[in-house]
Amino acid sequence: MTLRQGFFPLTLTATGLACRRGERVLAQGLDFAVKPGEALLLKGPNGAGKTTLLLTLYGALRPAAGAFAFEGADPDGPPFLHLFGHQSAVKPRLTLAENLAFWLAVNGGGGLDPQAALDAVGLGPLARLDAGYLSAGQTRRLSLARLLVTPRPAWLLDEPTAALDPQGEAMVMRLIAAHLEAGGIAVAATHLPLRLEGARVAELRLGS
Amino acid sequence: MKPFAAIIARDVGLALRSGGDWLTLVLFFVMVGIVVPFAVGPDRELLARLSPGIVWIAAFLSSLLGLDRLFRADHEDGTLLLLRAADLPMSLVVLAKLIAHWLLTALPLIAASPLLAVMLAMDMPTLLRAVLSLLLGTPALVALGAVGAAVTVTIRRGGLIAPVLILPLAIPVLIFGVGAVSTGAGPDQSGTALLLLAAISLIALAVSPLAAALAITSGED
Repeated sequence: MTLRQGFFPLTLTATGLACRRGERVLAQGLDFAVKPGEALLLKGPNGAGKTTLLLTLYGALRPAAGAFAFEGADPDGPPFLHLFGHQSAVKPRLTLAENLAFWLAVNGGGGLDPQAALDAVGLGPLARLDAGYLSAGQTRRLSLARLLVTPRPAWLLDEPTAALDPQGEAMVMRLIAAHLEAGGIAVAATHLPLRLEGARVAELRLGS
Repeated sequence: MKPFAAIIARDVGLALRSGGDWLTLVLFFVMVGIVVPFAVGPDRELLARLSPGIVWIAAFLSSLLGLDRLFRADHEDGTLLLLRAADLPMSLVVLAKLIAHWLLTALPLIAASPLLAVMLAMDMPTLLRAVLSLLLGTPALVALGAVGAAVTVTIRRGGLIAPVLILPLAIPVLIFGVGAVSTGAGPDQSGTALLLLAAISLIALAVSPLAAALAITSGED
């Protein structure tokens, strides 16, 4: 599956980054660089600060120390980040297609159209169903489809395979691989091994 | 412009689809109007004199009561977090949600105000002035309320904190709102009050999206 190609090259670098939740510093002294086409896997026990690091990179939390930068991004340009986290941001009273159409309108298009994105995550036949009827795994798939309708070079994924079946896990791996192949970068907190051909995958251990 | 319209359309559509939720505020508004004549007695002159104040108290309280739902649902399901990376600034997200909220909470109140006029023995000119003052004043209430709602959105069960927070700021709206309806003794100053009311609304609408956006973006921290 070819999703898109030709992101502007984006490099994420962090130097001495420390992130905190409230007053508690969870991880510190983090140095890493993620170049176009690379993925960074965050490993570590529960509570090690994986989600906190992702939220810090997303810009929702301020780093406790150090700094990070997305080099190559135009600060006045359109947003270049996608967060795929625990909260699905799916409205149960809207149909699948309406949920996706909302994010398409709000985030801007350029990627797959909503029906194609639903097909890509395996929800194609359910497009006209209210999202409230979906199972937890299907809700996650719908939330993932949001990343496909708006191509953005940087993906921040928090347990992207949570609640998914083995086919769903494989699908997530395929989507990440396609994203990296197109020159995007990904930072993912996951316990699963990410086997990607050709793509370089680095690991960052937290909480050790 | 497209993201902005999409947020308004989604909020209005969701509220209409989930049924009577937005109607409760209108019911509250009408109930106040129905209860007052029973409480103060059927003296038409007295009721007519009190009516501007009663209409505005009812509108004021019901718009404060509805504040909490402005950002709550979007915060709880993560939509608000994702809207940070939307293709429009957070202040415009707030403005869009504010407009949708006004359409859903204030506009039905204004549409229901003739009902109160009947209960409170208002004459036609007074009713028209009341409708005009509500049209000009309720945007200020919603705009000020958005700041309170944004500050308290991260607090669980913060339902009544936002109204208490913005009450002091909203009192001038009440004063000039009532002033724009009732002529009272002495020279007629309702025109001046109406202009001041419009000024408050414009200032609140200009400032509050920025303030509320700041509260939302730093709320996670």
